[in-house]
Amino acid sequence: MGIDRRDFLKMAGASAILAIGGLTIVEDITKDIAQASESASESGAVAAGKLAMVIDVAKFKTGDDYARVIDACNSIHNIPVIDDPKSEVKWIWADTFEHTFPEQQEEAHMKESLKEKPFLLLCNHCEHPPCVRVCPTKATFKRSDGIVMQDMHRCIGCRFCMAGCPYGSRSFNWTDPRPNIKDENPDYPTRMKGVVEKCTFCTERLAKGLEPACVEASNGAMVFGDITDANSEVRKVLNEAYTIRRKPELGTGPKVYYVMGGADNA
Amino acid sequence: MYNGGKIILGIVIFLALAAFPFYGDIGKANVTPEPNLDTPEIRKLEEKKCVEPEEFMKAEHMSLLNKWRDLAVRDETTVYVASDGESYNISLQNTCMRCHSNKKEFCDKCHEYAGVSPYCWDCHLAPKEGK
Repeated sequence: MGIDRRDFLKMAGASAILAIGGLTIVEDITKDIAQASESASESGAVAAGKLAMVIDVAKFKTGDDYARVIDACNSIHNIPVIDDPKSEVKWIWADTFEHTFPEQQEEAHMKESLKEKPFLLLCNHCEHPPCVRVCPTKATFKRSDGIVMQDMHRCIGCRFCMAGCPYGSRSFNWTDPRPNIKDENPDYPTRMKGVVEKCTFCTERLAKGLEPACVEASNGAMVFGDITDANSEVRKVLNEAYTIRRKPELGTGPKVYYVMGGADNA
Repeated sequence: MYNGGKIILGIVIFLALAAFPFYGDIGKANVTPEPNLDTPEIRKLEEKKCVEPEEFMKAEHMSLLNKWRDLAVRDETTVYVASDGESYNISLQNTCMRCHSNKKEFCDKCHEYAGVSPYCWDCHLAPKEGK
């Protein structure tokens, strides 16, 4: 014999209560997991975000000052020289004030000399790097010292990171870079066609206890160090001079600071 | 049998093509390549040993290299402590190839024989060889 109306209603009610109870339990569990993962990333962030760079704009006076720094990086890291701006590869380069600090273009009476001046640009090794968030293969990731690093073995060349980066710090290898490398540095790899590359804050030199190549070549115009250490040189400079960063309003937490200089600037 | 001649001819041609790898190699000596360890750098070594024992390196060099690459790139570790306690700098170009400066004789010989083409050299620079 089938169930009657009374039994059916009882069963329906009981299963509804069970379902609601089950749902709240599931919700509680997922909430716990979400909280756990949040605290894990936060504790990771304390250890991270250490290394930063300060560029003293006033100390770059002639074209030679820029070229020396840029060439130091290019020759060490086997960076190809490609004239076409659509396919060029750059780790550190110079560009105009307008392109460096676009949000400050509305300053009506800014110092003319500053507007004319080129600025050194490189990867900002962001506290919250958008490139890392969008990378589908985790080829780009943030190290515990805050450096945003690229694993070329994993890069599939999708260029999401290039779209994500608000600073244009990433370059894609449209062709095999080797024919365009003047003098290959046998101690460092090149890249291959179809991968994205960028500045690494010279992780290979840091491992040996050396400063990044650009900092070493800058004759003191660039300072590099641990920003969480109150006695570090970067903190001293940041304490003494007024500095700005590129597009801080985006919330990426860039870690390259620019000292704009006083009366003797440019 | 309809079209018997054509079918038999087709079968013969198919068998000839399918069996080519077998009769094509008849008479050819099947020599296993030996990687060449004779480089100026290795000759200079007082104790001729690799990072790990030879047997391990022969069988497992690819997994060791894979481990090295993750250690160096992702895990911020640049020093490898070998099973005998000695430390080595983790680098294909600056550690492995410093001694094995003969990529053609050391790497390529076996890789060609085994029909594998690892993509190491798409990025990593092989030592300059005089040949």
